[in-house]
Amino acid sequence: MPDISYAWCKAVLKENAVYILLPFKLNKLKLAISFFFQLTKNLMNCVLNLVWNLMKLYDLLCLEGLVRGLQVFKERIKAPVYKRVTPNGEIQKLIITEETARIRPYAVAAVLRNIKFTKDRYDSFIELQEKLHQNICRKRALVAIGTHDLDTLSGPFTYTAKRPSDIKFKPLNKTKEYTACELMNIYKTDNHLKHYLHIIENKPLFPVIYDSNGVVLSMPPIINGNHSKITVNTRNVFIECTGTDFTKAKIVLDVIVTMFSEYCENPFMVEAAEVVFPNGKSYIFPELAYRKEIVRADLINKKVGIRETPENIAKLLTRMHLKSEVIGDGNQIEIEIPPTRADVIHACDIVEDAAIAYGYNNIQMALPKTYTIANQFPLNKLTELLRYDMAAAGFTEALTFALCSQEDIADKLGLDISATKAVHISNPKTAEFQVARTTLLPGLLKTIAANRKMPLPLKLFEISDIVVKDSSRDVGARNYRHLCAVYYNKNPGFEIIHGLLDRIMQLLNVPPGEKKGGYVIKASEGAAFFPGRCAEILARGQSIGKLGVLHPDVITKFELTMPCSSLEINIEPFL
Amino acid sequence: MADGPVAEVLLRQLATADGGLDSAELAAKLGVEHQAVVGAVKSLQALGEIIEAELRSTKRWELTAEGEEIAREGSHEARVFRSIPPEGLAQSELMRLPSGKVGFSKAMSNKWIRVDKSAADGPRVFRVVDSVEDEVQRRLQLVQGGQAEKLGEKERSELRKRKLLTEVTLKTYWVSKGSAFSTSISKQETELSPEMISSGSWRDRPFKPYNFLAHGVLPDSGHLHPLLKVRTQFRQIFLEMGFTEMPTDNFIESSFWNFDALFQPQQHPARDQHDTFFLRDPAEALQLPMDYVHRVKRTHSQGGYGSQGYKYNWKLEEARKNLLRTHTTSASARALYRLAQKKPFTPAKYFSIDRVFRNETLDATHLAEFHQIEGVVADHGLTLGHLMGVLREFFTKLGITQLRFKPAYNPYTEPSMEVFSYHQGQGGTWSWEGEGCLRLPTLSPGPFHCQAHSQAHCQTQHHPHDLPCPSPSSTGLRKWVEVGNSGIFRPEMLLPMGLPENVSVIAWGLSLERPTMIKYGINNIRELVGHKVNLQMVYDSPLCRLDAEPGPPRTQGTA
Repeated sequence: MPDISYAWCKAVLKENAVYILLPFKLNKLKLAISFFFQLTKNLMNCVLNLVWNLMKLYDLLCLEGLVRGLQVFKERIKAPVYKRVTPNGEIQKLIITEETARIRPYAVAAVLRNIKFTKDRYDSFIELQEKLHQNICRKRALVAIGTHDLDTLSGPFTYTAKRPSDIKFKPLNKTKEYTACELMNIYKTDNHLKHYLHIIENKPLFPVIYDSNGVVLSMPPIINGNHSKITVNTRNVFIECTGTDFTKAKIVLDVIVTMFSEYCENPFMVEAAEVVFPNGKSYIFPELAYRKEIVRADLINKKVGIRETPENIAKLLTRMHLKSEVIGDGNQIEIEIPPTRADVIHACDIVEDAAIAYGYNNIQMALPKTYTIANQFPLNKLTELLRYDMAAAGFTEALTFALCSQEDIADKLGLDISATKAVHISNPKTAEFQVARTTLLPGLLKTIAANRKMPLPLKLFEISDIVVKDSSRDVGARNYRHLCAVYYNKNPGFEIIHGLLDRIMQLLNVPPGEKKGGYVIKASEGAAFFPGRCAEILARGQSIGKLGVLHPDVITKFELTMPCSSLEINIEPFL
Repeated sequence: MADGPVAEVLLRQLATADGGLDSAELAAKLGVEHQAVVGAVKSLQALGEIIEAELRSTKRWELTAEGEEIAREGSHEARVFRSIPPEGLAQSELMRLPSGKVGFSKAMSNKWIRVDKSAADGPRVFRVVDSVEDEVQRRLQLVQGGQAEKLGEKERSELRKRKLLTEVTLKTYWVSKGSAFSTSISKQETELSPEMISSGSWRDRPFKPYNFLAHGVLPDSGHLHPLLKVRTQFRQIFLEMGFTEMPTDNFIESSFWNFDALFQPQQHPARDQHDTFFLRDPAEALQLPMDYVHRVKRTHSQGGYGSQGYKYNWKLEEARKNLLRTHTTSASARALYRLAQKKPFTPAKYFSIDRVFRNETLDATHLAEFHQIEGVVADHGLTLGHLMGVLREFFTKLGITQLRFKPAYNPYTEPSMEVFSYHQGQGGTWSWEGEGCLRLPTLSPGPFHCQAHSQAHCQTQHHPHDLPCPSPSSTGLRKWVEVGNSGIFRPEMLLPMGLPENVSVIAWGLSLERPTMIKYGINNIRELVGHKVNLQMVYDSPLCRLDAEPGPPRTQGTA
């Protein structure tokens, strides 16, 4: 069995030509690992266990974290203890000025002292930053990371915000100086950076970090300065993270330093930096906070549905990077949550890790004793009953989209959109998703248009929800369950649609006539209908919809050629 | 009817014939159209085993109309020759004869005639020989007499080129006696009639046999939509298992119920414009349960109920934003909140199947709206083992018996598990090893690859309708497919609602479209959902019997 080493894992991944570790390709990593590990099945188990959690464990975004995780899981090594150390000399200081408050108020910093990069390590270091930027940093909107060669700079550093025209520096990998305004223009065509410009674009002040000599370290979240660029030969790295989410900035800094302090002269030791906030308060970073939780073993057993000894559970958790020991009355487990496990925020997260280490598929299945009597939702029950009888009446069921264009529910039906009470979507990608439908008719007509080659007549129905604004509801809108039917043939077939209405009323036990809550149809007008061929349907003392022969303009606008009659009612009064 | 005079004659002839007779010969003998004999043969065949008829096709040469004219009156060249008197004929006059043009050039090439261009009144045509043999006419007459075989291949083809002959294929029957041969046939009845029943005459009458190979006439009927047929079955399964249906008739939801109540942080990528449809009008929810909202706010921003919280500045404006619900879990949250208000707590089992909406890029397996199926059980002391047990029963009712579980990430469940099932029909075995993880028999894009989409969004919402990605090398595709997502709701979601601390809520979800597509062998979701549906597919779709039939084999690439 090969040793689980960095080189080995990397060789495996390279060999399989899927060494693509960008976050959106994480599934490929899983694939590669799953492929390789089948050869060594015991390893396969632990790798998949860990990799499955890739999505939430930020330390698994880089090979260093993955390898360390595997080794801990296989009990080859103990989880390292990450320590923040105060330097013997002067502590690096980052001073935040109050101008940053309105644009990007938070910053944290740390130093990796006497680090030894190799080409691989350096690449992995850059990749990790990129993956964090895409992932937890929300494409740099919440947090942006800058890493610098400390030996080229001199502290203290100032994090401030300035007018873009007042910021001028030589950005990363450029040979001359540009103002921030110029840079924003240049990067508009940069396939990588253009996605981040919107974060500060059009803001009066841009965030910027200077050293004590006025050298620009970075203009977050866009670009670093070229002056402090790190290389494979860099020995001392100054890391700053700026952002709008303080918690996430701290997590990101912790992830970077825990992953790469391994390569420092004193492994897993991180040099502290001081950050002074505008209110004068000063904080030391990275936090590298270890937190202790005490969870009862029987709680874990009870939540998972297993019966393990407290000692075994502690062992399972330790393998998941949560150093645990049994304390107190022998039923309590004290769990140390390392700074790499920012995802653990509740005992339930610890329960899950125990379950994963135990193996989901080893858990004994059981049925809950919950005794309940089932009920159908009355509206759905009525819908189901009606659907069957609509089909029995010779109509075929359609299933159309609840979202559509304004044109579908208004213009094409001869209505003004303002008359529809429709709810409007603010961010549709195409016109197909401008509004929620206020009527089922357009969907059915579009279904016919797509099926013009089918033999006539076409008889379609749909029973589904439409949406209208309604200020009496908590969200200001509500659904109505509608029944719509259309008849499409060489003749309008009003009598057929009328007959269908009679049948529906028969099914709903609503007698004809206005008395005793019966139903009638009365001549009416409707923009979608041919003049004189439209009637309103009144039942149980209220208007429930309309039926009639469609207006030739409506038929044409839906790209149809034959006469068509339709019926649409609200079925909720019949509940 | 079989009793035409031709049929009777045919039978009489057949009775005395040696072995059988040819329909064309018979027609010639009787002097009737061949078609009449063919009709008699067919009607006799329909009566059963009276005769046997073997279809034969023979090729025959026939004269064209022009050919017949020539056979009658001689070839054009011969006619030209004959029309020239010994003293000759003016060429212009000759050309005016009916056979003039064709006959002149042919007679010239036969060297039967000559032209004197020096004559006083224009060119004049003279005979060269005294008499001619009209070979063309003779040959055509041979063909007419049924002796085409006496002509050589070359001669026939020359005549065909001159459009005087054509080759026709004649379909004739070789008729012989059948096992029930008889010269006397009685008229057969086609159908039973009320009169026959009342008079009893059906006892004495022969009936024309039915052709059972023909298709029946499909009844005029309406049809239910296949996806909704599957929905009905899922409802049925939940009802059989004692689950109560939740109201889901509200497509519009506030961010609060859709996200915040589920302990999904406000910066979560799923709450991005790219993933969710937000509303312009009505843009904000009008009412929220403020007491509860405050508890939710505190849990997000500061923690509580044993949680560290997310430690960020939770904003009410963000929670008020209206959207098209991205999952029916919002309806589950409302149902659980209502349940929490009922004291004392009573255990509950809920389900829902309804539409949800995602503002995502559309492709063959993703639409902006789809149906989500969700099941929820709330009771004291529910475990992960219970969740797996309920899932096993649920999927068994769907005809899925091989289930495996793997850890997953969901913002509002912890622990979370994805449910995989082995899709039958493809090779490959699955084995399980001690520590509870799955081991893949060979390189398998199967269970992992099929999540490519949700991975692409990197910790965005779960997409339960993801289909296994079509793979170019589908032969190696294992059929372990993700069939659902599940978990135990986080205490940070349940406790602010007011549910007792020792109550656990297990839940699972899947899409309705995906099992339906697998069941009906549909690869493009647009063929199933929306107005572009093929109605013929709706007309033809079979019953939905989830536990009775395996789905059709889903070979990738077949439409």
